[in-house]
Amino acid sequence: MTTSIAQPRDSISTAIKAAAASGRPAVVGFMTAGFPDRAHFAQNLREIAAEADVVEIGVPFSDPMADGATIQRASFASLQGGFTLTWLLHELEAMQPRPQAPVLLMSYLNPLLAFGLERLPEVAKKAGVSGFIIPDLPYEESADMRAALDRVGIALVQMVTPVTPDTRLKMLCAASQGFVYAVTMTGTTGKSVAVPDEVLDYMDRVKSLSPVPVCAGFGIRTAEQVTRMQGHVDGVVVGSALVEVLERGEDPAQFLRSLKS
Amino acid sequence: MKTQALKIDREALLAQTLRGEFPDARGRFGPFGGRYVPETLVPALDRLEQGIRDILPDPAFKAELDMQLRTWVGRPTPLTYAATLSQRWGAEVWLKREDLAHTGAHKINNAIGQGLLAKRLGAKRIVAETGAGQHGVATAAACARLGMPCTVYMGSIDMERQAPNVGRMKLLGAEVVPVTGGDKTLRAAIDEALRDWVSDPNGTFYILGSAVGPHPYPYMVREFQRVIGVEARVQMLAQAGALPDVVVACVGGGSNAIGLFHPFVPDTGVKLLGFEAGGIGPGLGQNAASLAYGTPGVLQGCYSLLLQDEHGQIQETQSVSAGLDYPGVGPEHALLASIGRLGFAASADDESLEALSECSRYEGILPAIETAHAFAGARKYAQKNPGCRILIGLSGRGDKDMPTLQRTLLKGQI
Repeated sequence: MTTSIAQPRDSISTAIKAAAASGRPAVVGFMTAGFPDRAHFAQNLREIAAEADVVEIGVPFSDPMADGATIQRASFASLQGGFTLTWLLHELEAMQPRPQAPVLLMSYLNPLLAFGLERLPEVAKKAGVSGFIIPDLPYEESADMRAALDRVGIALVQMVTPVTPDTRLKMLCAASQGFVYAVTMTGTTGKSVAVPDEVLDYMDRVKSLSPVPVCAGFGIRTAEQVTRMQGHVDGVVVGSALVEVLERGEDPAQFLRSLKS
Repeated sequence: MKTQALKIDREALLAQTLRGEFPDARGRFGPFGGRYVPETLVPALDRLEQGIRDILPDPAFKAELDMQLRTWVGRPTPLTYAATLSQRWGAEVWLKREDLAHTGAHKINNAIGQGLLAKRLGAKRIVAETGAGQHGVATAAACARLGMPCTVYMGSIDMERQAPNVGRMKLLGAEVVPVTGGDKTLRAAIDEALRDWVSDPNGTFYILGSAVGPHPYPYMVREFQRVIGVEARVQMLAQAGALPDVVVACVGGGSNAIGLFHPFVPDTGVKLLGFEAGGIGPGLGQNAASLAYGTPGVLQGCYSLLLQDEHGQIQETQSVSAGLDYPGVGPEHALLASIGRLGFAASADDESLEALSECSRYEGILPAIETAHAFAGARKYAQKNPGCRILIGLSGRGDKDMPTLQRTLLKGQI
């Protein structure tokens, strides 16, 4: 029933596949909502969405346990600047024109629970959100959220990691929508990774099991890393590095272009 | 407690609780608990759960734990009749003396238990968080005893107010890492310990000190702390000749409380009362009383009652006591409170310090500031219920609190 045409979540895999078809991994650009400030959010998003194939917007949370120093810093600054999820969804809904790339929200569970699972799907859909990544919601706890998002065709992206056992990997890939988020390493976001052969082998394994595109994330900072991932994944997620570009007041579009070349 | 949003069948849940059915197979205590963690930690929690199932009932493990508890921790801890407090309060007051356990608090029961389990599971290193420093000291001591390297995360504010414990941990061979992010207290220390564990989920074992976190932690911590209540129940029958009318404990995350309460849960004639950190008032940000003022939500791996704003952002807490200064509470406590099996109230900073002073002056026992919250609550209860038989969990000793006591009770004195 949910496989009918033009669901919001279909736009994600379509965008990733289009990039892959042009011979490069898709770039999923991450920004923390409301950072460096709320006033420039729409402009930053527009610029990022013009270069990235997919945009992931981080919803700040007071206890970002899966995140490293950069995203922690950005989250706290945004919360101090008065960020709320309600503001973000209004902002997205009001944006004209809409961002060029599909938009996902990455949020810890609690702000979503506080917003209310009853109204989140419809409000998110109206705001043009195509998917959610919820780093502290493992598959076993996700039934309610999955059912709620399914109602409006919004994707719930599953994460897999290098320590995920094979049987679980298969289950998570089958359950994931939009793409599979393959975490490159054990650890938090933002540390640079060298991409050793084991990581490529692991990505190959995920790709062989996944019915949806596979994007690698955590620690992706340079064009060299992206090149090395080519052929092993369908896309890469660039998070902390892009947040740091915005933090320094540099041009996010130029940075994203450098990763695609 | 603001649990209107929760649709629960109190009577059915109470019946299940009395039958000992929680946690269930999904790690739930009724609606509370569960396992909300990054995917990286799921296999490690699965292994831990399997390890608990296999190892905890193993006679060799039980014998080893029992030997460590008897010959190293100093169990059983005594039950002391508090003659002067009884007279002053018009009640019969009994104290379960966890302050006499090795390292000065109940935390050691859990630390040595998890340490032994970690060793059996082949862990190469231990991480822990600490608030008041008692869990950090206990874990450092257990790791020294068992020959395992240990890293303790501690909020920078707590390092200052519990300075004596920082030195103790270092002498016991632990590395103490100051946490300067977040609220710089217990919550930030847990976030940081989780981040460390996420970085090496296979080799590192996280010894969590409170009855919080993802399943199976709340269950495991309860099982290692139950010894407090098991001993106290037998001692009450032997020394007082009867069960207490009411059992009182302080509640932060809730490890000493659940350890003392749990064996009394089926004794429905025994009232259970938890006293939280009332700080300086009832407003959000003025206290750390999650049962009294919290709302349901997910923090640090479990669904429980939290001090949060309407947007689901966790709020900073305030308490004179580092060990109770936490914006959440164990999922089992949330269940027991929401079905009426556990009563709760908040003890303010000033009345807790006053209670600390009274216990020190009249019983010759200097309790921890955390513990003093239970005394403040017990005294109020006794005044309303003359002649009642009260068992108080004396969870720890107050030596570690000297820097805070110098600034408060001893202000202006040498």
